[in-house]
Amino acid sequence: MNAPMTALLEMRDITKEFPGVKALDRVNLVVAKGEIHAVCGENGAGKSTLMKVLSGVYPAGSYQGEIHYDGALAEFRNLAESEARGVVIIHQELALIPQLSIAENIFLGNERAAGGVIDWSETYRRTEELLAKVGLRDAPGVLVETLGVGKQQLVEIAKALSKDVRLLILDEPTAALQETDSRKLLDLMLELKAQGVTCIIISHKLNEVRQVADTVTVIRDGATVSRIDAREGLSEDRIVRDMVGRDMSHRYPERTPKLGDKVLEVTGWRVWHPEQAERQVIRDISFHVRAGEVLGIAGLMGSGRTELAMSLFGRSWGRNVSGEVRMRGRPVDVSSAPKAIAAGLAYVTEDRKHLGLILDESLRFNNTLANLRGVSKGGVLNEAEETRVAEGYRKAMATRTPSVMQKVGNLSGGNQQKVVLAKWLFTEPEVLILDEPTRGIDVGAKYEIYTIINQLAAQGKAVVMISSEMPELLGMCDRIHVMNEGAFVGELSAAEASQERIMSLIVAQPQEQGVAG
Amino acid sequence: MTVAETAPKAGELKAYLKTHMREYGLLFALIAIMVFFQIVTSGTLMRPVNITNLFLQNSYIIIMALGMLIVIVSGNIDLSVGSVMGFVGAFAAVMIVKMGAPIWLTIAASLLMGAAIGAAQGYWIAYWKIPSFIVTLAGMLVFRGASLWLLEGQSVGPFPPEFQRLSTGFVPDLFPRSVTEPIGALFGQRNLNLLCMGVGVLASAAILWSGLRRRARDAAYGVAGEPASFFWLRNAVAIGALLFLTFKLATFRGFPNVLVSMALLTLLYAFVTQNTVIGRRVYALGGNEKAAKLSGIKTERLTFLAFVNMGVLAALAGLIFAARLNTATPKAGFGIELDVIAAVFIGGAAMAGGAGKVVGAVIGAFIMGVMNNGMSIMGIGIDYQQMIKGLVLLAAVIFDVYNKRRQG
Repeated sequence: MNAPMTALLEMRDITKEFPGVKALDRVNLVVAKGEIHAVCGENGAGKSTLMKVLSGVYPAGSYQGEIHYDGALAEFRNLAESEARGVVIIHQELALIPQLSIAENIFLGNERAAGGVIDWSETYRRTEELLAKVGLRDAPGVLVETLGVGKQQLVEIAKALSKDVRLLILDEPTAALQETDSRKLLDLMLELKAQGVTCIIISHKLNEVRQVADTVTVIRDGATVSRIDAREGLSEDRIVRDMVGRDMSHRYPERTPKLGDKVLEVTGWRVWHPEQAERQVIRDISFHVRAGEVLGIAGLMGSGRTELAMSLFGRSWGRNVSGEVRMRGRPVDVSSAPKAIAAGLAYVTEDRKHLGLILDESLRFNNTLANLRGVSKGGVLNEAEETRVAEGYRKAMATRTPSVMQKVGNLSGGNQQKVVLAKWLFTEPEVLILDEPTRGIDVGAKYEIYTIINQLAAQGKAVVMISSEMPELLGMCDRIHVMNEGAFVGELSAAEASQERIMSLIVAQPQEQGVAG
Repeated sequence: MTVAETAPKAGELKAYLKTHMREYGLLFALIAIMVFFQIVTSGTLMRPVNITNLFLQNSYIIIMALGMLIVIVSGNIDLSVGSVMGFVGAFAAVMIVKMGAPIWLTIAASLLMGAAIGAAQGYWIAYWKIPSFIVTLAGMLVFRGASLWLLEGQSVGPFPPEFQRLSTGFVPDLFPRSVTEPIGALFGQRNLNLLCMGVGVLASAAILWSGLRRRARDAAYGVAGEPASFFWLRNAVAIGALLFLTFKLATFRGFPNVLVSMALLTLLYAFVTQNTVIGRRVYALGGNEKAAKLSGIKTERLTFLAFVNMGVLAALAGLIFAARLNTATPKAGFGIELDVIAAVFIGGAAMAGGAGKVVGAVIGAFIMGVMNNGMSIMGIGIDYQQMIKGLVLLAAVIFDVYNKRRQG
């Protein structure tokens, strides 16, 4: 490694712990003045946490380690403090207010005003300057909601420039963009670099990283793996290898698969975005699962995995859903959630707090919610039977709770996930679609969830497992479909699957331009 | 029962009280308010005539509070109930007084009218996702106007006596006066309605029996229930109050008809909300609509039905109200929706939906009713009454929020 130029930012041995999870473990990041620095890593590797530490979202004192910025120790206590020093972060989900104009958004919280009265001519004049800098030709008075995502991204950057930015952080800036918009954005980054702005870009798209980055830092499992000088030539293979690592440190319970007949068969599944009518989110997907099989779906966030699962489960997401679903060879109607449940489908959501559980209610209440017929007669609930059912699942899954009357909001993530699983098992499904079943839960609880999944497969259930954690898919699945931009781009058997193969299928850019198909 | 069970540590009692403050607080608040007014009105509040009046005055609010509780638990609100109540009263008056329709037909048509109004509003709320606040605000204006139009700005009445009985009638005693008067004399009263007293005693026994059965079942499943001391204290207070009230009513004219329909409806709705599949689903809908939907619950239909139900109850309240006043006036029901909503919130329901109990809403309505009645007896002006009622509502909700925060 060459001796770095003058460093603008140096993060030394940053460690950040959440209850039960070490999100960052002695991470080091050195960013030189005037460079474009890429931070790469898998979902959950700790990139976003690191940026939150840097920008003061996690205030000084809530982490260990030191941040040196512009030659001095920086201890930001909130976003305002870091922004005052020229550190501006642009998140993946844009923070613009759609009903306000471009100018109003750019100067929101930073209004050009005297004595509380806004100076509109000054605001518009400055906005025009900034828009010219980012290459946006819309008028300052245009409402943000009328702009496309790409232009909104540019407005965000203009907003950052209005604050005299010195270190601009872009979190997955091209994730939601079409090909041409992405290219425009990358060009703008190079231009800003020429004007002396230092950039950190977080991205999965290695071809883009190669285009713009001077230096790459790879993070895996909350630790720095490597720092690569891109000017010496950048090999995508090297980054992929560093991103996924080689060690299989997680442990997975043993299972000998006993595959039965095809239970679920999906053909020609197509789904459009519910609000953006032209955006096709699921593009002609076909797959099947057998009894006793665990099928994995790999892919990055935003690749359409959750949309696929939710549209299958009673068209709970999307518009113009089309395609055929067969259960044990017979076409079935899964056009609403009750029908999907009746057909034998169960969907364990990715977001258990908002979509899976009623947090203010008891474990018992949640356990029986999807199958109240099973604990009632003539519409009248049998509470004793409910308690018996809930107690049964509590014992079978070793859910740690003082009683089944405990509010689920008071349980830990792992135990909450067991309640969601119990809820769906009580509907006696044939196919379980598990969306990120171990997200946000600790290692011990993960192992327990894996064990439950294996037991289900052994009982002859068909399991579809969606996960961002590749080791988990490799450890659990008999077969893996790789998904990217709404389509299946590869299928790997357990024997041929490896993290490198999955990653290279994902990062291979599709040949055609744009997403709309 | 072992000694350890009957005498848990003081710390445990305190912890239990902390998490269940709301339920006990409400009951004891009602009793405290009654005792207070009993004293300051020098005994007028608890006179048999006044107790009968209290039920008559508040029956329509309580009946609507049952429907409002369900609407609020489902995560919505209904501002139109006062207007709908007035409109249906006017509708019934026009049918009976002006058109000479039979009473049974009028009652059936009025309830259907209520259902139709509820369905019309519920349709936009459930299937078009238009906020219930807006739809029912519109409904409030529309039906206010509709009552005026229907009555042509005039009061319409009087009603035939059979219709009036809906509200002001009493359930006749099973026993002749020759039997009941001597028994009344034993208690120093002129008469004692034995049916009324008997029902009171039976109801008390039923409350105790079901409570004990529930405790036994909880214990069998190892669910930590209420400490024994609390159980007995709560039941002693509730049963004591029940026996006291039935005794007072029995020495007057027995059960008012309205009290019977009110009590039966309260029992029905308490049962439906706590013990049936559809009731459970309403709580799930209000607690987390998205999760409920993904659990296979038809959330739209449920919201729709909540408003249909509200419409029917508002219509029933309209009939009772008109029967009590013996006339339908264009101003009937003005502002009543706010009393109904206040009762439900005083009773502990959450604005965001998902929480609240029928019993709470009924007690909430009685708290408001007793305060109205007591302050009127004391001769407190309507100006002060309004201010005091407003502050009580605010205090009840602050108490809720404070409790929740303390529990963390």
